[in-house]
Parts: sequence; structure tokens; C-alpha cells
Amino acid sequence: MNWLDTILQGVLLGGLYALFAAGLSLVFGIMRLVNLAHGDLIVLAAFVILALVTTLGVSPIVGALIAAPLMFAAGWALQYFVLNRTLGKDMLPPLLVTFGLSIVIQNGLLEGFSADSRRVSAGSLESASIALGPVNAGIMPLMTFLSAVAVIVCLNQLIYRTAVGRAFRATSDDPATAGLMGIRPQRIFALATGLAMVVVTIAALYLATRANFEPTSGPARLIYAFEAVIVGGLGSLWGTLVGGVILGIAQTVGAAINPEWQILTGHLAFLLVLLFKPRGLFPRAVD
Amino acid sequence: MALIETKGLKAFYGDFQALFGVDIAVDAGETVAIIGANGAGKTTLMRSISGVLANEPGAIVHNNAPIGALPAPDVLARGIAMVPEGRKLFPSLTVEENLLVGAYGRKAQGQWTLERLYALFPVLKERRKSPAMALSGGQQQMVAISRALMSNPSVLLCDEISLGLAPAIVRAIYAAFPSIRASGASIVIVEQDIGQALKVADRVYCMMEGRITLSGRASELGRDEIHKAYFGAERHELA
Repeated sequence: MNWLDTILQGVLLGGLYALFAAGLSLVFGIMRLVNLAHGDLIVLAAFVILALVTTLGVSPIVGALIAAPLMFAAGWALQYFVLNRTLGKDMLPPLLVTFGLSIVIQNGLLEGFSADSRRVSAGSLESASIALGPVNAGIMPLMTFLSAVAVIVCLNQLIYRTAVGRAFRATSDDPATAGLMGIRPQRIFALATGLAMVVVTIAALYLATRANFEPTSGPARLIYAFEAVIVGGLGSLWGTLVGGVILGIAQTVGAAINPEWQILTGHLAFLLVLLFKPRGLFPRAVD
Repeated sequence: MALIETKGLKAFYGDFQALFGVDIAVDAGETVAIIGANGAGKTTLMRSISGVLANEPGAIVHNNAPIGALPAPDVLARGIAMVPEGRKLFPSLTVEENLLVGAYGRKAQGQWTLERLYALFPVLKERRKSPAMALSGGQQQMVAISRALMSNPSVLLCDEISLGLAPAIVRAIYAAFPSIRASGASIVIVEQDIGQALKVADRVYCMMEGRITLSGRASELGRDEIHKAYFGAERHELA
């Protein structure tokens, strides 16, 4: 076994998990909303990309570029008209509503696309690779990881350098006082979920081109997203990337030892981190 | 014609009634103090005017328009800014970010800019990169006042800005009020310190149990008169 290669593949796989998790982290950080339909929304975006690629004959990347504003609008409307009504002191209503939404999306996709396993072809990119010193890295896994880094850099710039980002953080601190500043928390929340859906679309592009997916694939993606967020520590986007990378390395190392262990070792790594660092590696959120 | 007034304002928290028909009026450029004991309804009055609490539309009138039912962002857009009780700074934001967020909903031209506010409270410039909650109580109050001024309001509501602060700090904060008055803004201050209120205000309203019990020019009100309106009883000297 080539350890260097295994670890590199794990790091790059971690980029995919970080992309799954970044949107979840953003939404939780700003409105303390745990979206149980997050994985299903990733799969929904993958099917939207698939539909665009097959009907318009465009490349997957162009498909994702068209899907991103559509998903932004869907996320904005979902938050503004549905999820905002569930927010309050009680954590239960948003959990129940997003759990229901998860079932609705899975069954809707089942009706529309059947239960067949699908994949979006990325053409010659799928098998292309470049040499990084002694090991080879696939172009797609490398693009996934770089996209995750780019997404996190952009989100951090937005949150820490712009007026909208200040409004995000102020609303997260205290929505009532934010109102006195002219901030409308309902719209800030809708904007945050819209942005999360753009990140979801980027994650879906790589999900759809790198692996098979079907209407019921969502909950498994949600688990990886949750694990990456919690390993990294709530509220820290770079922590989320580290969390994704830890999961990815654990999975590829596990698979290298015994292919049956891939999923198991990922979850074991998550449990180990929880055992020693119950609040994750880089906790930022206070509660 | 008053710039802003309340007309028979009633306010409720669920079944509990906190205000029973409050009438106050503030002219352009005027400073008005509202005094009263704990639970008199002063903060409820501020929360109602600023839109944190919703009321009957006609119960609050600004520039001849009913604004009682408007939510806080719409009230701010009309040029009415509030310094909330307990300061309520945003812990995730630095001092400067707290100030900048004050101009989020209303970017009105006016004399208040970051530079002017740093000139008014120089210590804030030194601490501008610090997390807001790392400052002392008095400095935090300066941030809260500056944050409200960033929207260049025509009406500034100040709720209990001296609460919990040492007298010297309170004097330092009130020393900024002549500059704020000079900007042309009307100021409404809620204050438990009667002496401070009488010093800074043109007119005073005294509240008790959700009603206005006394009003008049600050220079013309007598101590005994205020004491009676404040506590609702004849003055009983302690032996």
C-alpha cells in the first residue's frame, strides 16, 4: 500500500465532504437551524444538473452554473415562506419540518426520475490526472478540493469583510437588536439559505460526476456533512474543511486496509474526535 | 406641530397592560427626558416608539404619518434610531463593525460619520479593532450611542444610558450630548437619575404605572412636585 497516495486521496475526498458540510454550517451558524433535508437538497441539485445536462446537452459545469441561481431562488423561498415560520426558542419544529421536507424531496425525485442509479458524465476529465511528486492526483478530486477551499475563502470574505456579512453576524447574535439597525432578520435568513443552496449546487456537481446517486442518497450525505461540521467545531468553516479531511483520510486508510471498512473507519474517526474533543477541534459558536 | 408624538398609546405584553394611554410630544431639535421608577413603563414606551413592540398605527405619529404598527427597520428608515436598554452590542462584531452595522438600514447624509464619532469618543478609535464586549461598560455605552448615530437620525431614543455606570463615566457620556443636540436631532432620554435628566433636557415627562403623571419645562419643575409624580405619594422623610 502506498501511504502517501492513500492519504492524498483522503485529503481530496475531504474536500467533497467539506462542500457537503459548508452550506449546513452556514445555515446553522446564522440561524441555529439544523436542516435535516440538506443531503436531499444536494441530491435534488444533482438531479437538476442531470436534467439540464441531458435536455440542453451542456457540460456538467455549465449545468451547475445554470442550476446555481435556480437553487438560490429555491433556497431563498424555502427559508422565507416555510422555515422562517419554524424558527423560535424551540428546536423541534425546524427538525420536524426539514425531516418532512427530506421525505417529500426523496419521493418527489422517485416520481420524477425513478429509483435508477444515475451519474453525470464529465467526459475525459473523469480519468484525467496529474503527477504531484511521487503520487498522481485525479483532476476531478483535485478540482473538488480546490472548490471547497475557494468556497470557504469566499464565504469567509463575505462574512468577515462585507456589510451583508456584518448583518449575518449581528442577526446571529441578536435578531431583535439587529432590527433596530434596519436589518430584516427574515430576509437575512432567506439570503443565507439561498447562499447555502449555491454551495449545495457546487457539492452536487462533484457528487453527480464522481459517484452514482439515486433519490435516496441524501441522508448518507447528510451524515458526512454533520460529521465534518461537528469534528471541525460548530461555526468554523475552516474547521469544517479539517473535519472533512479527517473523515476522508479515515475512510481511504480504512478502505486501504480492508475495503469493507471504508464507511466504518470514517464513523470511528468521528466518534474518537467526539470522545476527546466533544465540542470539535475549532469550536467558534458559544452555544 | 410636533415631530413625533404618541396619542393615547396603550401597550401590552400578552394579557399584561404596560401603558394606559400615554401622550407625549417631541418637537424638532428638542431634548425630552422621561423619568420614573422601575416598572413605570419607560422602556415599554421606547420599545413601542422604536417599533420593537407593535401598536395601533395611529398611536404613534411621526411627521403626520401613523407609524405605530411599523416594524423596527421601517421606523429606523424614517430616521428614528434607538440606543436600547442594556446597550445590546453585537458580541461577534468589533467596535468598528458595531458602528458600521448602525448604518446598515439607513445610509442618510448627515454629519455623523465614523471619523466624526471617533472625534466625539476618541477612546473608540483606539479600541476599534477590539471585540465590542472587551470594552468597559462606559465605553460600550459610547459604542451603543455612536452605533445609533451612524444612521444620522432625526430622532434619537436613549434608554437608560447611565444604568450601572459610575457617576464620572455618566458625566463623560452626557458631555457628548451638546454635540448631538447641535446636529439638530431631537433626543428622547429615559433616565432614572433625575438630576441628570433635569440638567440635559428642555422638557420632562414623569411616568408612573404606565401613565404620564407630570410634565413640564425642566427649569420650572420643583423637586417635591417630581417626587410626588415619581412615587405617587406625599413625601415622607425618613427619620
